[in-house]
Parts: sequence; C-alpha cells; structure tokens
Amino acid sequence: MSALLEQHRVTRRQVLIAGVGAAGSLVIGLPALAYQEEGERMLGFFIQIGPDGSVIIGCKDPEIGQGLRTTVPMMVAEELDVAWDKVRIEQMPLGIVKTADGYRWKYGGGQGVGGSTGLTNNWELMRQVGADARRQLIRAAAERLGVDEAQCDTRPGYVVCASRDIEIPYGELVVEAAALPAPEDPAALKSADDYRIIGTRRKTIDARDIVTGKAMYGIDTVQPDMRYAVIARAPVLNARVKSFDDTKAREIEGVLDVFRVDGPELGEPYIILASGVAVVATSTWAAMRGRAALEIEWEQSPNASDSSERFWRENEEMLRGEGQVVLDEGDFDGAMAAAAKTISHQYRVPFVSHAPLEPQNCYAWVKQDECHIIAPTQMPSGASRAAHAVTDIPRENIRVEMTRVGGGFGRRLTNDYVAEAAMISKYTGWPIQLLWSREDDIRNDFYRPGGLHEMHAGVDADGKVTAWAQRLASGSKYYRRPDMPDENLYQAELYLEDFPRRIVDNMRMEYFHNAIGLPRGSWRAPAHTANAFVIQSFIDEIAYETGQDPLQLRLDLLGEPRELEYSGHGGPTFNPGRLARLLRFVADRIGYGSRLPKGRGIGLATHFTFGGYAAHAMEVTVADGKLTIERIVAAIDCGFAVHPNGVDAQLQGGTIDGLSTALGLEITVKDGRVQQSNFDDYPLARIAVVPSLFETHILNYDDVPTGVGEIGIPSAAPALTNAIFAATGQRIRSLPVLDQLAGNKQVDMTSMASKEA
Amino acid sequence: MVSFKINSEEVSFDGDPGTPLLWVIRDHLRLRGTKFGCGIGQCGACTVHVDGAAQRSCVTPVATMDGRSITTIEGLAAADEALHPVQQAWLEHDVPQCGYCQAGQIMAAVDFLKRYPQPSDADIDNNITNICRCGTYVRIRKAIHRAAELAAGEKS
Repeated sequence: MSALLEQHRVTRRQVLIAGVGAAGSLVIGLPALAYQEEGERMLGFFIQIGPDGSVIIGCKDPEIGQGLRTTVPMMVAEELDVAWDKVRIEQMPLGIVKTADGYRWKYGGGQGVGGSTGLTNNWELMRQVGADARRQLIRAAAERLGVDEAQCDTRPGYVVCASRDIEIPYGELVVEAAALPAPEDPAALKSADDYRIIGTRRKTIDARDIVTGKAMYGIDTVQPDMRYAVIARAPVLNARVKSFDDTKAREIEGVLDVFRVDGPELGEPYIILASGVAVVATSTWAAMRGRAALEIEWEQSPNASDSSERFWRENEEMLRGEGQVVLDEGDFDGAMAAAAKTISHQYRVPFVSHAPLEPQNCYAWVKQDECHIIAPTQMPSGASRAAHAVTDIPRENIRVEMTRVGGGFGRRLTNDYVAEAAMISKYTGWPIQLLWSREDDIRNDFYRPGGLHEMHAGVDADGKVTAWAQRLASGSKYYRRPDMPDENLYQAELYLEDFPRRIVDNMRMEYFHNAIGLPRGSWRAPAHTANAFVIQSFIDEIAYETGQDPLQLRLDLLGEPRELEYSGHGGPTFNPGRLARLLRFVADRIGYGSRLPKGRGIGLATHFTFGGYAAHAMEVTVADGKLTIERIVAAIDCGFAVHPNGVDAQLQGGTIDGLSTALGLEITVKDGRVQQSNFDDYPLARIAVVPSLFETHILNYDDVPTGVGEIGIPSAAPALTNAIFAATGQRIRSLPVLDQLAGNKQVDMTSMASKEA
Repeated sequence: MVSFKINSEEVSFDGDPGTPLLWVIRDHLRLRGTKFGCGIGQCGACTVHVDGAAQRSCVTPVATMDGRSITTIEGLAAADEALHPVQQAWLEHDVPQCGYCQAGQIMAAVDFLKRYPQPSDADIDNNITNICRCGTYVRIRKAIHRAAELAAGEKS
C-alpha cells in the first residue's frame, strides 16, 4: 500500500492544466499528457466540459463489473459540482511515457484493477481533478465579473456570484477557463459532511447501454479487414506440437491460414500458455470449424502423468514431515503441551477456474513498427508488455485500448491472450481477433491453487485459545514469478498477518510447496478465500469441541476495537473490533441463538480482506441430504461506501461467488489433462441456489474508503459450511460440498484425532 | 440460402447452413448485443427469441431459421424511449454488474414472463437457468417480479 500512497502524493503535487479541445470544450488533465493527441481519437484527459455544459469524464482504469465507471464520475461530479445526469464517462487508453530508464505512467497514478485497488487508486486523484477544474471555472468567472474569486461559489453546473446576483453556466466559461494560467497548488477538497453525490445511491452509469445491448466488450470489437482466429491447444498440460496435418482444415470455406504458435519454453517466466496451432478465417465459425478439422500430434509432456489424485496424496505425505517454518512466534510447542485440550483438523481447498462469462479475446494488429491492441484486460500495462515480448515493437508504439470487460475475477491480470493475438497478427500481417472457446478457458486457466491445510490449536481450561498453527501443502501461484526464491513461495498462500496473528500469542505457520503442472494465478481475493474457509471453520470446531458458543468464542478472540499492525496488502493496520461489530450485527439480524427445527442451522463467519471487513450469517436446511440456503445476511465495513449501490452489488456478488464455488466447483487433472471443460461439468451457481431472503448491510466506519471487489467473498463459504454443521452435525472439511451431504465423501478426509490432556 | 427476419428486417445468409445462429447474428449481421458464453447452450448469454420464444442461439443451426422471425436484445424495445418492461425493471433494480450476461438474462425473462405472468420465486428458480458470473441473481429475481407488475400495469 505504501507505493500506492506515494503515487497519490506525487499526484497531488502535480498540477492540472487546461486547454481548449476540438469542439471548443474545456479539457483538463495532467501536464504530462497532451490533450487530444494528433490522430488519436481517444481521450487523453480527465474532464471535458462542453459549451453546452455537458461533462465527459475519462476513466483511466478498466471496468470489469466492479462499478468503477460509476464510482469515478461520482468523485469528479462531486468536486466539480455538476449535476449527476450531465456526466458521461469514457474509457481512457493505456498511457505510458518512455523515459531514460524505462516507462512511467502518463496520467499520474497507475492503470489497472486488482487487489480491490480500483477505488483507492482513483479516490485522491479524481476528486482533485474535479476540485481543480471547479476552481479554474470560478477564477474565470471572477475575472470576467471583476470580483475576487472568494465572492464566487458554485451550484451544480454554474458559478454563482451572490454579491452581483449573477450565475454563469460552466459551459459559457470554457474558453476563459482554458486560457487561465495553471493553478500553482491543489484546490481544497470537500469534507465528507458536504458530499451530495459521493456516498449516495446512484445507479450504474452504463445500465441503459447494457440492457439495450449497446455496451461493447472486447469480444464485440470490429475493425476494418479484421479476421478471426482461434488456437487448437494442447489437451495435456504443457504439451507442445510435434506435427500437424491441416489439409482438411484448409478445405473449409473461409479458412485463410493455419500455422503453429509456440509460447516460451517451460520454466520461463510466463507470458503465454499455448503451444498450439492457430487457424485464421473470415468468420469465428469458420475458424472454429477449421480448428475442429485439424489433426495434431503432440509431444510427450513432462506433466503427462500429473493427476489430482497424486497431488492430494503428496500433500498428505508432505504434512507428515517437516516443512518450511515461516512463522514461529511465542512458544507454540510449550503452549500445546500445556493446553487443557488440543484440537487438530485438516481442510482441503480445491483448484478452481475463474471462468469470466466473456471468454478471453483480443484484437491485435501488428504492423512493421507499431501495434494496436484492443482487449478486455485488468492490466493494460501487462498487455503492452505481452505484445512487446512477442513482437519486439517498442512499447511506446503499442497502442492499448481497453474495453468494458465481461468479468475479471483475477483472470485478466494475466495477458496471455494478448500475447497470442499479437503473435498471430505478426505472423499473418492481418488485423485479427483471437477468441477463446469456453473449453479453452476452463482447460487453460491460471487456477486458484489447491491446498491441504492442517490446523492445530491449544485451548486452556478457561476455553482460551493459547496456541495456533496452520500448516499448508499447496501449489504456490508464485512459482512462475521471475526472481522469486523458493523460500518466498509461501507468501502467496499463507498470509502471516491474518487473524489470529497478534491475538493468539503462540503461533506457528509452516509451508510445503507441491509443484503440479496446473498453471496457477490470482483468483478473486486470492488466498483469502482458502484461508478464511479454513480459519473460520476451525474456530467453529474449536468452539464446539470445547463447549463454547461459536459467536462468543469469535467475539472473545476479536475483542475490542484496536489497531493491530498489519503489514500485508490492505494494511498498515487491522482492527479486529470492526469484524466483531459486523459479526454481532449479522448474528442479531438473522436471529442467531433462537431455537430452530431439526435439520436447520445458522452459521457465521467473518474476515478482513485487503483493508475491508465483512461478515456473513447464513441459515440453511438440510433434509434427506438436500441443502437449501434459507437466508443470508451479509455486512460490510469498507470504511466509507463511496458508491453504496456498487458496494451492495459487490457484497451480493462476492457472497454468491463464494457459495457457487464452495458448493460445486473444482478443477481436477488426470493423466495431465484438465477434466472439466464447460459449464456442464464446471457448474456455476444459477438463480435457484440464491435465496430471496438475502440482506446486505453497509456499516460505515469513518470517511476513508477501501475497495470492495474482494471483501465480500472470503467469509461466505465458511458461513455456509458452519451452517451445515449447525443443521446436521456434519462438518464439511473438503470443498466443494457437492454431494457430501448425501453421504458421499468427495475425498477421504478423516479428521485427525484430538487429544484430551 | 436461408432467409429470415431479424428485428423486423428481412435478411438472408448463404454460408455454411450448420453455422450457429449466434455467429450469423454477431459476425454477419454485426449485431453484437447477443453474447457468446459457452457454445453448448448452458449459460444462456446468447438467448434470442425465435417466433417469440427464447432460444439459445449458440446451439441453433441457422438452417433451421428459414422463414422464422428472430428478435435480439437490440430489437426488444419498441423505441429508444420506450423500453420493454423487463428492461425498465432491470434499470429500476440496477441489475447489471459486468453486464455481459444481461442481454441473455433479459431475453430469457421476457419469454418466461409470457408463460408465467405472475411468477412465484419457485417458478423463477425452476425456469431461469441463465448464468450470471457476477452473481446479480438477487436483483434479477427482484427485477423479474417488478417487470411482472409493470407488464400487468401496461395491460390494465
């Protein structure tokens, strides 16, 4: 976070400049950027105020469904003081500037969305842009009227001069404001008490375009002379093409070219996954038919014998030995020996796929010394690097446009599909659109790593948890990071800073890396989804096994509000009292503690993710092995909700993502092949899973907002499985739940023996 | 040669008769509101109306469309100012997140409400099978109920 804050400081020192744009509009941006660059039809500025008072706001970061395209204009409109319905938003392209020692950001602050940082990346910057623009308009009006600027104020869309009883629409001040000298210091920002847009209920700015089919995604890109490409990918992990016969493929009408594409050698830092055969055609369908008609022989892969069965068996074996101790605080062994009772259990968290509903796709046109990319991506700078890596075209000559993105979930942090598209365009010289099928997507993902967690706790005679250990065998997602030493692989999977750190005195954490050929990457809230499930399940088990109430034990551990040091992402502090507040709230709302009929139960869970706090309470019924989620109460504390509708949506969506994944999703491998391929065998939840009794609550804490994209997911799964236990006495220690409630065990996960001291 | 109506306009297609309707709509007719999600009729992002009934266009060979009348999301509203009640309800309840599935969701809901003008939650659960990866289901359910009210209001 410190790098992020530093960016903001730099931004605030930078001064906005203004000018007159093409249609006599006031355009306002940062000094480093040209207003409307020659030949560039895209925005190169943050605000454009038209003579008619219309306001266009440039959004530098991509919209992936997290609502940034609504949240950012709320910030600008607030400080600029314009009516909400006058505001439009446009996507800005990637802006990088070449410097002597590399590249730097053009717009002040990075571009890209991940780790729930979209909001915080824009919060200071975009309010400042709005405030500075408003002050220039005030100054222009004051100059025109010959009054001191202190005598001028604004109301939405107008500068008001009360002493002269006059108001001037912003649109009429455009030319004069643009001619003013650049302001020497940043304008003052509003205090939270004065907000009239920020923090209020506003609807998704693009909703009308979406419901009428006008919203354009990457897949909807149409460019002159564009051809369509698909890639036949290896059915076995990391297999490479040995030879292929394209005779039949080339006979298909519309097929234009067929050729081999190769990614980097195994073990190289990842840019791209594919080794395969590309088919380029005059239509998507012709390309798909061409691909189906290919006959490809694949080389033997080093991962040809990889299997989930072996992976899980190896994890169990690893946990019987000694791993890398990554945290050893207090006296864990002593506290365990002295404990009145010790409890140990294992939990299994599977590999899962991102499966955003818009399949991966990318438009690329690689010319002699320049390249044009249009892609749904979370990281446009990564897209630029990926295109550069496979074309050698200097990054300043690679134009990257971002589209609206049909779901991110972390999948589009990786720009492998951009590299593939650039390779295909470079080979053919044509502008092409690469499209992945759903099968390509499910079988060739950077999956959430699976892992086997072993938990140990020591509890004293008063029921206080005195010792805590988490031991994890998993495939770290950091395995392909360049310059990442093996001893740091754990950092992606075990979060040393998380609860109950600094609450339980004697703690140990231990990691075992189990390499598997399945590619791994960041999946929404990365390891928080695994760790929250494990920790919040284990707390529940400790409570039941020591005769304590699961809510009370959690509240006892969390304690009163206080700031604990937290050096992980989302720090620098963590306040466990904020989780306790949410937990009490959801427990109260759902009627926790009331008598329920047989087969019905309530489960609770809470988790701190990337600076935000969330808690879930769920009520379920299990009858004859059939699970019904009766009711969900979810609460979030994101400091201050800038865009409450968006926060509700993320909390609902995060919860449902958590449930969908916990209930039915797992990626497995056999003989080096991913066994799932589409939504028939990777069954995302449908509406029937989600109860109509579903409440979301936003509990603001102060006026400092955090992002919300990932906060709502981690505590959902353990609330569900804790509710299942409350209803049935059956503890789900292995995800997904699938048909375990009908008496079928997904994996043989015998609970480890607990010791009575 | 296959000839059919799309959003009241006469069109024809003389390519591979096995081409899924989805790709004819997207690549040849350049109507991009209908989305590709799975290609096997599972997710419903490609839902259109064929003679008024919802159909998953990714598994519908264009050859079967001869003489039929197709409506896509672009043709659902009578006019820009007069959105369909389902679209209005979607706006009222601020349903979309990424929005990619929503055209299909809306087309499915329009057809569903013809068959279940006063739907129960169970009716929705049993009939609405489109996938939303963002998890907008809470608001989809509310919007379907609201659209039923709006449609009833229009009739009365």
